[in-house]
Amino acid sequence: MMKNRRHIKWGFLFFFLPVVLWLFLLIVLPHLELLRLSFTKANTGKFTLDNYLAFFNEPIYWLTFVRTAGYSIIVTFIVMVISLPVSFYISKIVKERISGALMILILVPFWVSELIRVYGWMILLRESGILNHFFVSIGLFKEPVEMLYNDITMIMGLVYTSMLFMVVPVIGVMDDLDNSLIEAAYDLGASKTAIWRTIIIPHCASGLVNGGIIVFMLVLGSYLTPNLMGGKNSLWFTEQIYNQIILYFNWNQGAAFGFLLLALSSLIIWVLLKLTKQNLKEVVK
Amino acid sequence: MKKVVLVLMVLTILGSVLFAQASAETKNPVLRIITWSGYAPQELLDKFTEQTGYKVEVTLSNNEEMISKLRATRGGGFDLAQPSQDRISSVVEQYAIYQPIDYARINTEQIDASLLEAVKKNTLVDGKSYAVPHVYGTEGLVVNKALAPDVKDFKDLLDPKYAGRVSYRLKRPTLIGMGFSLGYDPFALYSDPVAYQKFLDEMEKILIAGKPSVKTYWDNGDQLLQSLRSEEVWAASAWEQAGWKLHAENPNIDYIAPTSGALGWVDTFAIPAKSENLDAAYAYINFMLEPENAAFFTNRETYGTASKDAVNYLDPEIKANFTRGLPPEVLANINWYPTVPAGIEEMEGKTLDKIKAAR
Repeated sequence: MMKNRRHIKWGFLFFFLPVVLWLFLLIVLPHLELLRLSFTKANTGKFTLDNYLAFFNEPIYWLTFVRTAGYSIIVTFIVMVISLPVSFYISKIVKERISGALMILILVPFWVSELIRVYGWMILLRESGILNHFFVSIGLFKEPVEMLYNDITMIMGLVYTSMLFMVVPVIGVMDDLDNSLIEAAYDLGASKTAIWRTIIIPHCASGLVNGGIIVFMLVLGSYLTPNLMGGKNSLWFTEQIYNQIILYFNWNQGAAFGFLLLALSSLIIWVLLKLTKQNLKEVVK
Repeated sequence: MKKVVLVLMVLTILGSVLFAQASAETKNPVLRIITWSGYAPQELLDKFTEQTGYKVEVTLSNNEEMISKLRATRGGGFDLAQPSQDRISSVVEQYAIYQPIDYARINTEQIDASLLEAVKKNTLVDGKSYAVPHVYGTEGLVVNKALAPDVKDFKDLLDPKYAGRVSYRLKRPTLIGMGFSLGYDPFALYSDPVAYQKFLDEMEKILIAGKPSVKTYWDNGDQLLQSLRSEEVWAASAWEQAGWKLHAENPNIDYIAPTSGALGWVDTFAIPAKSENLDAAYAYINFMLEPENAAFFTNRETYGTASKDAVNYLDPEIKANFTRGLPPEVLANINWYPTVPAGIEEMEGKTLDKIKAAR
């Protein structure tokens, strides 16, 4: 009996070890190295806080972060507002067979890479693009209008690329909502807004917060969409990190920015959870 | 039973790992190159493999990534690299990612002597040089002459007349080209960081003020070609290849060298510090600079080559491009990029970030 147990342990170890090594060597170790880099001076390797101070002293850096975080919050909010009715429609209104088909319709675009989807939007929206061609030919526009390269297009692109990550968790919690609650509210004469405010949204809160965290982090960390669709005015914070590491070879500064992004975004989520009186333990349950 | 299965599984996995190792050692030596897209055409690679027996593995990249990748491995992972000549000496000093070239192993007869001398001088570190010239080119203007007839120099890209019809890269060449065009000599200021910062601050003001003219800052070649082809953009700062390619489709569009001088670059061969196949690397350098092979490359990609006699093998229309766009008086007026001193790029980076973030 004893012997047998020991052998199972060896087998377990054999399959467990690669995973641990993978995580440690390829994920934990590089992060520790980056953390060390972020606290040292380029070239000399001496300990310094300059890399972190540069973020606060140089307005361009923290302004970029504020802008990025601000837009991420706006995008998250818009995604929430759109996802609620969409999820409600899919999980409560249509028949089960159709709701499956609708779910697949939401999922399918995500089988294609983000880059391709963004290029798709660019083909639609550019000055010599499909939408402009259509509007000019039906006489709505006199001449083509450039729809790319502004903040509104960029927000739209970000909302589109992160939609799925809100809809799925919200549908998950909405399925649990007992229909009879809504029926009872109607019977007692509640208005539609009252039903949404007092029954549906509170019930979906955990799904919304769950999706909100994912969407916020995704948007904050996205690189492609702001860069390609935002064009000439959109400096996203991830681009600063890329620039520091790849273009200016300043790994120390880039590493410090990376950790600042991690710390500040976690802080923002913590503050938002506190403000909305949500409990992280409840959310992940 | 369980035990037997387990032991068998472990043996198979270990065995396959060891076997793969053993077979790798007996395989033909491979030459691993990190280079720019188009620099290693498949036809030439096949010919090289046929002549020498070395197989070639190509990784496509650009200057910044080349340095970052080689820096991450401390000069390993590749046997040959093709950085621009101005991006060699400072990274050799800082990170030691390249090794000196043994010019005795290079067939210098077939290389343009002035280019070779210039590159040797520019990549000199501690009495040793680190590169062999391969390809040269310029950055100037690609203009749709029917729509933007007055664009003659970099500074004309700021003209409000062409609002929303102009595109350039938000990279260092733009700062430098604009600088020359507005009467500065940025290269002379390299050695004086204070004066260079003052110059950059000026450029920041000018480029932010010129932002309304810009449609978008392009950052890949296809994006640029597409917007010029569709006539969404009338004038752009770009390489001669983009201009010549579009000229063949639309005669109104062509490359012109700015009156203040085009910016000239030279891409080179440099050998990473931990190159594992020096013989193949030198063989490849000599092979690519043979006149016939160099001409094949130039006919295909329309970049100028450092191979001296390649001109004898060029197609007539390619030759016509060079005589139209880069005649001797234009070549004499080129501002060649000197080596970038450490720290300069960081200063430029901050300026570029500020320009991009400005409203």
